[in-house]
Amino acid sequence: MAELLFWPALVAYGEAAFAYFGEARRPGLSGRLATWGVRIGWLAQTALLVLQAARADGFPWASWAGSLNLFVWLVVSVYLVWGCRARYRLLGLVVTPLAAALFVVARIGGGTDLGERSHYSNLFLVLHVGLVLAAFAGFTLAAGLAAVYLFQERRLKRHDATILRLPAPSLETLDGLQARTILYSLPALTLGIAAGIVRLEEDGGGIDALMAVTAATWFAYGGYLGLRAWGGWRGRRAAYLALAGFVLVVVVRLVLTGSHFG
Amino acid sequence: MRLSLVGISHHHAPVEVRERVALSLTESTALARELGSAVVLSTCNRTEVYGVGDDAEARALAALRARGGEEVAARTYRLADHAAALHLFRVAAGLDSLVPGEGEILGQVRAAYEAGVPEALLNRLFHDALHAGKKARAQTTIAESPASVPAAAAALAQQVFGELGGRSVLVVGAGKIGELAARALAARGARLVAVATRSRDHGAELAQRFGATAVDLDELPAQLAVADVVVACTSAPAFVVGREHVQARRGRPLFLIDLAVPRDVDPALNDLDDCYVYDIDDLEAVVQTSLAGRRREAERAEAIVAAESERFRAWQASLDVVPTIASLRARAEAIRSAELSKAKLSAEEREAVDSITSQIVNKLLHLPTIRMKEAAAAADGVFYADAVRHLFGLEDER
Repeated sequence: MAELLFWPALVAYGEAAFAYFGEARRPGLSGRLATWGVRIGWLAQTALLVLQAARADGFPWASWAGSLNLFVWLVVSVYLVWGCRARYRLLGLVVTPLAAALFVVARIGGGTDLGERSHYSNLFLVLHVGLVLAAFAGFTLAAGLAAVYLFQERRLKRHDATILRLPAPSLETLDGLQARTILYSLPALTLGIAAGIVRLEEDGGGIDALMAVTAATWFAYGGYLGLRAWGGWRGRRAAYLALAGFVLVVVVRLVLTGSHFG
Repeated sequence: MRLSLVGISHHHAPVEVRERVALSLTESTALARELGSAVVLSTCNRTEVYGVGDDAEARALAALRARGGEEVAARTYRLADHAAALHLFRVAAGLDSLVPGEGEILGQVRAAYEAGVPEALLNRLFHDALHAGKKARAQTTIAESPASVPAAAAALAQQVFGELGGRSVLVVGAGKIGELAARALAARGARLVAVATRSRDHGAELAQRFGATAVDLDELPAQLAVADVVVACTSAPAFVVGREHVQARRGRPLFLIDLAVPRDVDPALNDLDDCYVYDIDDLEAVVQTSLAGRRREAERAEAIVAAESERFRAWQASLDVVPTIASLRARAEAIRSAELSKAKLSAEEREAVDSITSQIVNKLLHLPTIRMKEAAAAADGVFYADAVRHLFGLEDER
């Protein structure tokens, strides 16, 4: 059954990624096809997650690969808030290939299978995994917005004559959205980390590398907001900082997997 | 009914010829009334008279000749029926304009239609043409990109700031091109706050027109500290805006539009964070790319317009068989009524039989009616109509 939902979701995300490339070359029909691809993929993946929840014993996305599956869904969900608008299709060029690739990795790791078991309580996992993943999804979107900002800014600086051909949000909009996304995501990360610390104190155990890098991620994004508020960091510098924070997110999500999960 | 078009446009006639028959809306209405039933479209690029009837073309031509003389008459083009309709659809979509997809023409077609004296066919023609014009713009990007330097400057400012509502514009110099750029920015919601010139008096008139303040160039640093967009268009031989003028800005974007030759803005400012400098060549390049894009989109718009004009042609052709269909239905109804009147029936029975026979006649004639209209759209309508007239003996009812 999971097969019947995984493949349509992957094909739809893949179609959207290709269509967004087509949109970048010639705006119009490709953009609409891409948007529908994301919507259909998201619906199929939602159905897959619902099915996993129904068949699981406990929290279904406690494993590394399972949490990656949920992470992809959260990223696409947040993207869909803006992605349906024509001006934000450029963001899809960043988000959909990433979503499709991570979805495949989740699949290879067994994260899309049914019948997961977890020995942690549901409440702890919902708070800890759910909030941390929601925050990371927000940071991923912020990184996407930062990448689009830098791309558009570079085109403006270089006086690219084709800049008006592809509809895109203005630099100020991208900068503001990126900051707001981080502003909303950081409290979620804070609460998620707090839930993890509470469990750590109850159950004992040491701090692993993933926890340390997650804390560094918190400081990076906290620093982003602080520098923005008090240091006047806007535009290009803020975008680079958002991307630097995202590197830590990538390390947490894809590199340091063995020490924390399982 | 024959649809005709007599017109003169930028394709075949220079402005000194076109201006002889350039008409105001009031004059267009007067001419339409003079011709009986017509719509007169008169813009900078064209004057066209759309009419209906066998002599509509000759009368329109005579009217244009009377106003513009023989040279106008010699340069007119004359189109009929589908060709005339297709032409108007292309005009409404901006495909006949100098700049493909230009925005004004759709409003001008609407104004001409409202000022004209259209009968049923012209009503439908203009209604469908306006629809086609809107559809071509909605389903393609032909009208989205800027087609002039001021429009490109404003569109680029929007790439930095998004909506320009509340953004402050500083104009340096009082040149005409600067004013046009300021107008384009103001049309998108930006506010012209100051006009800086060597002598305050030079900029006073321009500043007054926009409700802005005229200032001396000495005050430039202070004005640059608060402006979001700068339009520079002086005739100064050296840079007027340099790096030292924008030190006071801290992290706030500044978009500088340099329309002057020699340039007014030091291009090195473009290297500063949040500073974007576009000179006249950069803007021209954006416009050229934009126009190339419009020309590409024009191909898609042509397909939309062709499909819409084909629908109009099918509708117009179906009008040819309407008299035959009406005669056929009248004949059937006459036979039904005559036969019904012969029957000796009670009032209740008569009502029931009347209803049943009406339904039978309607059902019998439904398919032939549809088929005749379809055949008319496919150009076989006349043969079908003649056959029906012959078979049912409708010739006398012509």
